[in-house]
Amino acid sequence: MGDDQERRYTRRRFLGSAAASSAAFYLAACGGSSNSGGGSSGGTVTLNNLFQQQAGYSAEDIAGMTKEFEKAHPNIKVNNTLVAYEALHDKIVAAAPAGTYDVVLGDCIWPAEFGSKGIVVDMSSKVNELPASQIFPGAIQMAQYQGKYYGMPWILDTKYLYANKKMLLQAGKTTADLKTLTGMVSTLEALKNHGVVKYPFMGSWQQAEAVVCDYATLLGAFGGKFLDEEGKPAFNKGGGVQALEFMKMLLDKKLANPSSTTAIEEDVLKAFAAEQIAVNWNWTFQLAGATDPTKSKVAKADVAILHTPLGTASTAPGVNGGQPVMITTGSKHPDEAWTYIKFITSQPVQNNYVADSLPIWASSYQDPEVIKTAGSQLVSVAKTQLPDMILRPQVTDYNSASQELQVQIQRALLGKASPQSALNTAAGAFESSA
Amino acid sequence: MSRSVTAASGQARGGTSWWARTRESRFALALLIPSVIVVFGIVVYPVIKTLITSFYAVDSPFPKAWPGVGFDNYTKALSSAHFWSAVERTAYFTFVSTALELVFGIGIALLLYAPLRMRWLFRTIVVLPWALPTIVNGAMWRYMFNANYGVVNAALTQLGLLHAYKAWLSSPFQALNIVVLADVWKNTSLVAFFLLAGLTTIPRDLYEAARIDGVSAFQAFLRITLPLLRPAIVVVLVLRTIEAFKVFDIIYVMTGGGPANGTQSVTFYTYQRAFSDELFGYGSALAYLIVLFIFGLAAVYIRALRSEGYAVT
Amino acid sequence: MAESRRYRIFIHVAAVVVSLIFLAPLAWLAIASVSSPVELLQVPLKWIPSNISFSRYEQIFSSSGENIFANFRAALLNSVIVASATVAISMTVGVFGAYAFARLRFRLSRATLLLFLSTYMIPPIALVIPMYLIMVKLGLLNSRLGLIIVYCSFTTPFVLWIMGNYFQTIPRELEDAARIDGCTRIGALFRVILPLSRPGLLSTTLFAFLIAWDEFLYALVFTSTNASKTIPVAIAEFTGRYTTDFGLQAAGGILALLPPVLIAVAFQRYIVGGLSAGAVKG
Repeated sequence: MGDDQERRYTRRRFLGSAAASSAAFYLAACGGSSNSGGGSSGGTVTLNNLFQQQAGYSAEDIAGMTKEFEKAHPNIKVNNTLVAYEALHDKIVAAAPAGTYDVVLGDCIWPAEFGSKGIVVDMSSKVNELPASQIFPGAIQMAQYQGKYYGMPWILDTKYLYANKKMLLQAGKTTADLKTLTGMVSTLEALKNHGVVKYPFMGSWQQAEAVVCDYATLLGAFGGKFLDEEGKPAFNKGGGVQALEFMKMLLDKKLANPSSTTAIEEDVLKAFAAEQIAVNWNWTFQLAGATDPTKSKVAKADVAILHTPLGTASTAPGVNGGQPVMITTGSKHPDEAWTYIKFITSQPVQNNYVADSLPIWASSYQDPEVIKTAGSQLVSVAKTQLPDMILRPQVTDYNSASQELQVQIQRALLGKASPQSALNTAAGAFESSA
Repeated sequence: MSRSVTAASGQARGGTSWWARTRESRFALALLIPSVIVVFGIVVYPVIKTLITSFYAVDSPFPKAWPGVGFDNYTKALSSAHFWSAVERTAYFTFVSTALELVFGIGIALLLYAPLRMRWLFRTIVVLPWALPTIVNGAMWRYMFNANYGVVNAALTQLGLLHAYKAWLSSPFQALNIVVLADVWKNTSLVAFFLLAGLTTIPRDLYEAARIDGVSAFQAFLRITLPLLRPAIVVVLVLRTIEAFKVFDIIYVMTGGGPANGTQSVTFYTYQRAFSDELFGYGSALAYLIVLFIFGLAAVYIRALRSEGYAVT
Repeated sequence: MAESRRYRIFIHVAAVVVSLIFLAPLAWLAIASVSSPVELLQVPLKWIPSNISFSRYEQIFSSSGENIFANFRAALLNSVIVASATVAISMTVGVFGAYAFARLRFRLSRATLLLFLSTYMIPPIALVIPMYLIMVKLGLLNSRLGLIIVYCSFTTPFVLWIMGNYFQTIPRELEDAARIDGCTRIGALFRVILPLSRPGLLSTTLFAFLIAWDEFLYALVFTSTNASKTIPVAIAEFTGRYTTDFGLQAAGGILALLPPVLIAVAFQRYIVGGLSAGAVKG
């Protein structure tokens, strides 16, 4: 074959593969468009926000709220991105220098970290304009760090006490016996001794944030504190130690299922739904999960959601598990972002979507419409539980400090260290921050 | 062979003349430029930026006048017990999973090559675990080993091999082994297909000759297959070692590094320091230490398994 | 190998055993995808659920609007496009480079290959944030093109190395013979080496496809909406903050298996190949 012909032949082959690649390129390029990053054209402002999938409010709820907002503010267009919870923190951090998002949904354990590193703006002046007295004090605290507000509370949640009324009755007990921790222990013992169930309780005590939340609930019940007035760790004294000892006691007395140390909230719900346990702490989501006949064996009427039991302290605050909305420092439209936040956290809007998440406004809980939609059992316990919540410590490196606390709590529960020494080690991790 | 042919083949090999060699170099350059653009075009800036960041104490994602700390991030990592535990776990994970994948992979490759009935069906089945996204693979194994309602507990108790449901993922070392299991289950197929490609390059008449000489099948495997498969094995070993050292996705989904950091691989440790703790300087140093480890390991393999005439790199 | 009967029984039994090991978890995955959540929790477990419901698949295929089901459909399309384009580009570019490493002698050849390989050794976590800034500057955030560019950057070194090694196993004599007949190097590449490398090429193609198909971290950070979300990200969003419907993840997983498996089935007949006896004589 002549050299020329040869070259033409191979050139054709080469062009063929090059064409294939270009076609692939073209196909990919047309269609996927990037974010505009919030442009303004002739007065219209575009907000790009980051929310979470299945965080209380569903994607449809958020779309509904946004449509109403855009109708009321025709010059502001809103694009919402929803991601899984695990991805939320990382996306906020990665996007921070680029200012991709304007409004972001956070977790109540992030204001210290984000505020101190300048990832979200200090909204104190705007928040202080609101009638704060009408908001639950526990709620408004969730975005506070060193006296400043870095976000606006939007989603409220706490861990309630759940009980299976049918199983309690089989042991001769009622929900009235669960008002105090001592009552709860004797109820668990009765359940065990009557043979109703082998392990009447389960905790979500895996080495994850879940165990800190359970610990926080007990810490409050025993009158302990995470940090003292100077911001130094105080959970390795008094109530804090009693809380961990209480958890260990439940395991030692075989009242708590041994798999508690590998369980997270979802596993506990499933155990409750399968009637493998009778009592547990959990977030609001367990109510829906336990009363849904496709997901649960427990009859709807048998599911009791109760205030957390009293320990030695005078109150039994629940752990604050809320989520605030925040404005990023990279946002080019902080004023419009605040307008949007004010809208979605306003009472009328929150009252509209009460089926999925309870409002931050105290008077909503007297509203008969709200009570009907959310369910009277939930509203009556939320009314007393939500005003008084215990916040996990607002320190700038909460993540790593919490991980150390999780490891130490696990060590104590597994018998590898005494509760006191475990907490002392954990306190060291909080010492360096704050 | 005539002189012209020798000369031609000499020229074909690039000869020894300077002109021929430069032409060859230029040709190589032309062939490599697209790769250089595609790879380094996008990677050069992040690689350099991360390297520079590793010499500063950075604790937020914003560009600022961060204080330079020289090699402090590196020494902090190298003197951290947590880091070395993570390295140890990663080394265990790497060696065990790679060894298992290689052994099973060779076996399955031989099966893939063998004259089976409905060979296409078997090959399709072998591709299945590999095609399952890691996200789902991790969730699946985690669910299967669940302490309260997992399939593994159900099967073992129903078969009478276990008398009570066990909390498999609650002990650190056991959890690590289960992650190894999940990884091996998914990735052995890949190794098998690679070795299959290697098997197809071995000329069949070698086996014919061996059979005529009365050599047993097993002997033929040891004396013909394995040595000729060596380049493919080295490739697979280096590849799987690199991947195992970088292991992240499956740990993210299956265990989140727990219990008690029992499955915290060195890359997961880096992710936690860099993203969860926002210690970007330290995280960057960790990342480069990982690269050095992988490099060292790969160099060891290549040197140890290099045979005459095979330049693996 | 001898085609004795014992051998044939042995390989078939072995193949069945291996098939069971691979199929068992997947069978369970399929069962989970059609079981109701409450049945999955039963102790002792019933292996075949009493109420089989395909509702999850129905939801995935027919839901419209703003929800995780519609997102999954979009993600399926995005993943196919991104993975295909990545493979097309990196194989094309990589094959030429691989030839250079395998057949040409040039200075710093080994160093260059090592340099390419070392980019493959860097864990993605190290490069995420600077990469994010590049994506923003180029306007490629939340775009399929952005993902393709990033994925090519780590599949290409892989192709270079694998195919480079593979090409070295092709005897030079075959290529020389072609060139003596008047072929150029590139011609020899296309007419001799590539056809003989089909098994290696197809394995590498499949592998590169699966790398792109499976990639999670970059997709998670760089994508936000259906314009570019890929399957791993969409499936990860099936997890609520506190609850997971594992059946839904299972359904998503089963659907996500199909495109790669279809490709593998299409290719598998070409993976058999190799040198026929007599190609290298004398």
